[in-house]
Amino acid sequence: MSTTKPSVVRLSGVCHRYGDLDALSQIDLDIPAGCMVGLIGPDGVGKSTLLALIAGAREIQEGSIQVFGGNISSAKYRDNIAPRIAFMPQGLGKNLYATLSVFENIDFFGRLFGIPTPQRHKQIDELLLATGLAAFRHRPAGKLSGGMKQKLGLCCALIHAPDLLILDEPTTGVDPLSRRQFWQLIERIRRRRTGMSVIVATAYMDEAELFDWIIPINMGKVLDTGTVAQIKQRTNSDTLEAAFIHLLPDDVSRAHHELVIPPLNSNKAAIAISARGLTKTFGDFTAVDNINLDITQGEIFGFLGSNGCGKSTTMKMLTGLLPVSRGEGLLFGSPVESNSMAIRHRVGYMSQGFSLYGELTVLQNLALHAKLFHMPAEEAEQRINRLLDRFTLRSYQHMNAMALPLGIRQRLSLAVAVVHDPELLILDEPTSGVDPVARDDFWALLIDLSRNHGVTIFISTHFMNEAMRCDRISLMHAGKVLVTDTPEAISASRHANTLEEAFIGYLEDAQEHKEAPPVEPEINEKEYPITVNRAFSLRRLFGFGYRESLEVLRDPIRLAFALLGSALLMLVLGYGISLDVDDLTFAVLDQDQTPQSRQYIETLSGSRYFIERPALSSSSELDRRMQDGELSFSLIIPPSFGVDLKRGRSPEVTVWVDGSMPFRAETIGSYMQGVHSAYLTDLTLKSLGYVPNTLPASMASRYRFNQDFKSIYALAPSVIPLLLMFIPAILTALSVVREKEMGSIVNLYVSPATRLEFLLGKQIPYILISMVSFMILLFVTVFIFQVPIKGDLYALYSAALIYIVATTGIGLLMSTFTQTQIAALAGTAIVTLLVTVSFSGLTSPVSSLEGIGRLMGESWPATYFIIIIRGIITKGLGFAELASSFQYLLLFAPLFTLLSVLLLRKQGR
Amino acid sequence: MKFRILDTNIVQLSIKELRSLWNDKVLLILIVWAFSGGIYVASTASSQELNNAPIAIVDEDNSPLSKTIGNAFTQPYFNTPAYIEYSAVEPVLNAGLYTFVIIIPAGFQSDVMAAKQPTLQINIDATQMSQAGIGDGYIQNIVSGEIKKFVTGKLEAFTLSATLIVRNKYNPNLTSSWFGSIMEIINNVTMLSIILAGAAVIREREHGTLEHLLVMPVKPLEIVLSKVLANGLMVLAAATLSLIVMVQYVLQVPIRGSVGLFVLGVALHLFATTSIGIFLGTVARTMPQLGLLFILTVLPLEMLSGGITPYESMPQIIQNIMQIAPTTHFVNLSQTILYRGGGFSIIWSQLLILLLIGSVFLVGAVGRFRASVANA
Repeated sequence: MSTTKPSVVRLSGVCHRYGDLDALSQIDLDIPAGCMVGLIGPDGVGKSTLLALIAGAREIQEGSIQVFGGNISSAKYRDNIAPRIAFMPQGLGKNLYATLSVFENIDFFGRLFGIPTPQRHKQIDELLLATGLAAFRHRPAGKLSGGMKQKLGLCCALIHAPDLLILDEPTTGVDPLSRRQFWQLIERIRRRRTGMSVIVATAYMDEAELFDWIIPINMGKVLDTGTVAQIKQRTNSDTLEAAFIHLLPDDVSRAHHELVIPPLNSNKAAIAISARGLTKTFGDFTAVDNINLDITQGEIFGFLGSNGCGKSTTMKMLTGLLPVSRGEGLLFGSPVESNSMAIRHRVGYMSQGFSLYGELTVLQNLALHAKLFHMPAEEAEQRINRLLDRFTLRSYQHMNAMALPLGIRQRLSLAVAVVHDPELLILDEPTSGVDPVARDDFWALLIDLSRNHGVTIFISTHFMNEAMRCDRISLMHAGKVLVTDTPEAISASRHANTLEEAFIGYLEDAQEHKEAPPVEPEINEKEYPITVNRAFSLRRLFGFGYRESLEVLRDPIRLAFALLGSALLMLVLGYGISLDVDDLTFAVLDQDQTPQSRQYIETLSGSRYFIERPALSSSSELDRRMQDGELSFSLIIPPSFGVDLKRGRSPEVTVWVDGSMPFRAETIGSYMQGVHSAYLTDLTLKSLGYVPNTLPASMASRYRFNQDFKSIYALAPSVIPLLLMFIPAILTALSVVREKEMGSIVNLYVSPATRLEFLLGKQIPYILISMVSFMILLFVTVFIFQVPIKGDLYALYSAALIYIVATTGIGLLMSTFTQTQIAALAGTAIVTLLVTVSFSGLTSPVSSLEGIGRLMGESWPATYFIIIIRGIITKGLGFAELASSFQYLLLFAPLFTLLSVLLLRKQGR
Repeated sequence: MKFRILDTNIVQLSIKELRSLWNDKVLLILIVWAFSGGIYVASTASSQELNNAPIAIVDEDNSPLSKTIGNAFTQPYFNTPAYIEYSAVEPVLNAGLYTFVIIIPAGFQSDVMAAKQPTLQINIDATQMSQAGIGDGYIQNIVSGEIKKFVTGKLEAFTLSATLIVRNKYNPNLTSSWFGSIMEIINNVTMLSIILAGAAVIREREHGTLEHLLVMPVKPLEIVLSKVLANGLMVLAAATLSLIVMVQYVLQVPIRGSVGLFVLGVALHLFATTSIGIFLGTVARTMPQLGLLFILTVLPLEMLSGGITPYESMPQIIQNIMQIAPTTHFVNLSQTILYRGGGFSIIWSQLLILLLIGSVFLVGAVGRFRASVANA
């Protein structure tokens, strides 16, 4: 171990487990400061876990880790040193925001670390120049090539001038030219910032050769530590790759042997894939430009090119996933049609990036695909068993695919792609992120498939040693094929020693005038800030808010849904929900058929509330017609109604009301009482000539606030709280959980930002959107529904703001609490719909509710906002009269935020 | 043979779908709550008819008659009246504390006895639409009843009289839990099926698995049907259990019709709503967009279906529009089966409409499916 340098990171007794799987066991390690340290080893041996633990992105389960001499188990210490650490997680642009531009991404990270604006902008300019990204300043991160994404990731990591830079497989999935540029960049930065320590995990042994210090790691254990020379010497190896294999336990290393590729038997030259002028355009952008290819059966055909050059698009067109813009693609001589089932049985496809069901186990994924290809059960079982062994997946077979390390997942993806024994394999960067040993195993399988089973393999890759194994390769750049030939011929054509050199030569020729060469800017080291970490920083809060706003603005459809959608809903609901009960259908069973009975019926049919349907002839008809819902109520007039009435025998008229909707039944009952007494009064008047005073007192009903007793005056103000509950809550419900699902939550974990800053920052843009939405709703209320606002407008806006802060808070709370976007959406709907619609006084006042419903209603912000908004709009009130409702309403937002802060984790598990 | 193969793909994909649901424990807990606790709460607390209406009395007379009137307001229709000062009338109405405030003027009783026709004032907060009208009628009945009793014998008899007997069919006492519990099941069925099916599509697209399925010998129709089947089954099982355990056993709500027929109705409704959900999933590009589309869809579906306010009272144009909503037919057929005991012969046309609505959206979803993947 190096003793000359002080250590920057010290681990003792660190263990980490995922379920039953030991990711790290008893790691004791001193990582020297100020140098470039490489963590090398196959996939799934714990490299990423180790880096995440050091970066503070993951909670330590066992053991202790010291960074910069302090224990990072302490959250306070972690926050203190966070500005000195930068972490770039595994996966291309995983912690970047795809819809944000290059500048905006770096700017966000700068704000996160509290760098003041002028200084931040200056540093961003310098970094963009240094990385050669200056020309792409305004391009969205999602539209960058893989190599540029990684450079951007590096800019984001370097913006706060860290003392410790942690890079997890930064060059995985990046083309050789970009890789070379990336390391040159790191080298330049290290020259400038001499004290900086860099820890890198990598699967490329050739890269690791250049590092100062190496930590080979396997199965969660450190195999050795030392300089490259020391390790080579100790293992008696020429290359690091050989040294690593030597360090592996015997059973693993013995299984490894050089790949031998038998020559292709080119006699049967039937064409498997052919492309004729294949072109794909997306709008103005030509992704694939006039490609011609012929791949013979049994051939291994390699596709090389920088990320975003059109390789994946070409492959997708040839599988029928993407429609072809011009030209044609042929598989086995017949044109590619998206609907041909027969072809699909013959093709296996592996898409770039993981595309299996993360929530299913390895075995379930394999079995599902075997069944989808209709393999007989027995054959499928044997095949899966063979694949489990061949791809060394057996020990993972019951693990969820999501929980697998990247390399193992890729292995699983290939196993899935070949499960049905296809004649043609289209593999889009299948070995990205897969370690050398596993890659060789993978290739052994491909070679076997090609040479022994005549399977045609069309593969895209970034690895030159893989390209060397192909029978022929195509170099692709910016949608065009630069050259197609055997690897040897391509090297020879450029007079290059290696294919990599030849490739880089071709690329440099092709993009000479496109990407500006990196400039070495004059940077005065002293200008870098010593970022002070404060407990609460408005700059960080606005950093989160600004970023979230940008994302929302980049999604105009969502914005339109939120704003226009709420206006539309307001119209539909305000117009549609009616608490007036009218147009009630009825029919009469008139057993009397006298003028008296007919007169009684006329009183009813004349009412605007009722619609008469054809008369009933029997009580069984009454039952039937009420049963199918045709009649809301029916009337039975007894046989001697007229006679009894005249003789003062008080005949009984029976009304049968459909009780299936109690509110309606109740209303019908009271209407009928009214009609009935009106009839009697009328009758009395006719026979007596006057109406005797039946009651020695009179009653005056005053309908307050809504003299016309029209639904709309009561409803329009109530629909606003309803909509301002759902839309803001749904808007925020995905904000946190989405970052969890996409992985960018790690930025919160490793930044000095607090949970409160994170949550409030996310909330602000949605509060603003919802306030705009509120104004639109108010506009609809006043100008379309013609409901005047009688009270204090200022109070109304204040109440709306307080309410919206609370409702967006509900969404955030659901978002911190759930793990998946589906659960967040469903949960928000379940929690908000019932209480708001039924218990918050929308249709009947909370005070008339009982039990849990009442309790829920009283502890729900909508209840108080409904009182306030009705008070202001229809009753003409202001702050003073509604003080107590305002007080209650004010309680919710802080409560929801507090709960969210408590539930949000600042570290991964 | 062809049919068997088709069958297998759908079943296999459905099993996969169910496994995904099973793994999301938070989601499962939420679903269980919606169909158990949620139903209980909705049924026991919610009421739309007059129930515990908050009432206050300003008694300036303080006479035996005014006290009798005050005592006549009892639960369940009214809360025990609060006695307040005249000056408090405006504030309490403004604050929405009481829906009704009765003002009995000074000298009320003596004026009644002197046949001076004194006026008793009923102030009604008309912003409480559902209580105001019904409550007014109740109050007038109660007050006049009490006054009549009080002055009994001093009144000349009505010469012409007839009695109106109001009987409520299917729910004799108009128990609101009978209504609330079943409507809540209906609402949950609609809401959850749309969101689960829609989100299942978006999730597969965001994770790239949909693309993977499309290069295999699987037809878009099979993928869509498997989602309909899996999510539909999940909600169907929850709804059926909820009806039997929560509604029939715990809440003791009598079901008149056939539970089996209702389950068939739910199944067809689920076919329609999951198809709508999947259709929305092919329209929305991201989960946040889906969330908003979901709200835009589900609110009118639930609020205007006739499950919350009477369908026939809505403006005609809205009624016409709501004819294409599955919820309108589902609410109607549920009420027919569960409350009115109607059989297949009455509801078959609604079942057919549900099937039709579902098919239209299913075809739409399948048609958009491939395009939505290519654009992702």
